[in-house]
Amino acid sequence: MSVTVACAEPSVAGVGDYIELMKPRVMSLVVFTALVGLVVAPVPMHPVMAFTALLCIAVGAGAAGALNMWYDADIDARMARTAARPIPAGRLARGEALAFGLTLAGFSVVVLGLLVNVFAALLLAATIGFYVGIYTVWLKRLTPQNIVIGGAAGALPPVIGWAAATGGVAIEPLVLFLIVFLWTPPHFWALSLYRADDYARAGVPMLPVVAGAAETRRQILRYTLVLAPVGVAPWLFGYAGALYGIAAVLAGGAMIVLAVRVRGEARGHTASKQMFGFSILYLFLLFAMLLVDRMATAPLAPLWGHFPTGT
Amino acid sequence: MSERNTEAKPEPGIRLTEQQQRARRARSIAIAISLGVLAALFYIVTLVKGPGLLERPL
Repeated sequence: MSVTVACAEPSVAGVGDYIELMKPRVMSLVVFTALVGLVVAPVPMHPVMAFTALLCIAVGAGAAGALNMWYDADIDARMARTAARPIPAGRLARGEALAFGLTLAGFSVVVLGLLVNVFAALLLAATIGFYVGIYTVWLKRLTPQNIVIGGAAGALPPVIGWAAATGGVAIEPLVLFLIVFLWTPPHFWALSLYRADDYARAGVPMLPVVAGAAETRRQILRYTLVLAPVGVAPWLFGYAGALYGIAAVLAGGAMIVLAVRVRGEARGHTASKQMFGFSILYLFLLFAMLLVDRMATAPLAPLWGHFPTGT
Repeated sequence: MSERNTEAKPEPGIRLTEQQQRARRARSIAIAISLGVLAALFYIVTLVKGPGLLERPL
């Protein structure tokens, strides 16, 4: 008796496809902001423990990216910007992305909990859960406020970095959280202004699709006007030195100038593209300055020094 | 003996193409490296934490 068994076509997915699934560019920003949260914490961390924490955060971010691509494969296929991703391009099956994402999420949280501390692991689990469950599955297709609320997931890595070093949370990492949280809407809305057709075709209710370009430009300016002073807050509160303060004032001023130009742009998307590009530089600059500031005021302890290892 | 009996029968099951075999091999190597890194990480962290690792409350 012969039995016919239905089975999936053997996979042709290469290692590169799985790496692409983890959204390496997003991952690099997550690792960088987490590193800053970890370094500015008042408790010095053993380099091995710091590496372990950052590796787990990176893998956790990759897991969130993979699960996002698993769920959003239908949307990605309809958008020019994302149509070449591994799933819509047919190089990887959705089930493979789901299994990969869940495995990475499980490993990153458990390893962070076992080797670093349980609180940081719970924060990482909450971040992955928020990005996948709240943003990707629930809000992204429901409301133009998707990236405003969903931005919380992207803003949590510096808090996780701080928690990895200290085992808790304080005002300082929450200010960093607020900076990334307020930065997210103008950053993504600037992009969505010149990708509005793409989002409309995919049925994603981004602000320009739902409320129009004029309202989006207004909202970008409003958020930037709040973001710029909050960006200076670490200096005003005394968490960072004058070097950071000067950089934050200048970069915040440039963000406002660009947002005003976006607001006044009647035709074309030159200002929107400039705003999108500069917003990445702005966030990188602020966090890099925090890092430089901390290195200048409290150089890293020598490798043979005493570090609490969180046992 | 008939010619039919000497013919090699195709083996049952899925036959991977060369591309699929290459991809599977690359994935297997990546998994092996990841597991190696994980084992090394646990080993090194255990050395760093020292005996205190076993003293925390469960």
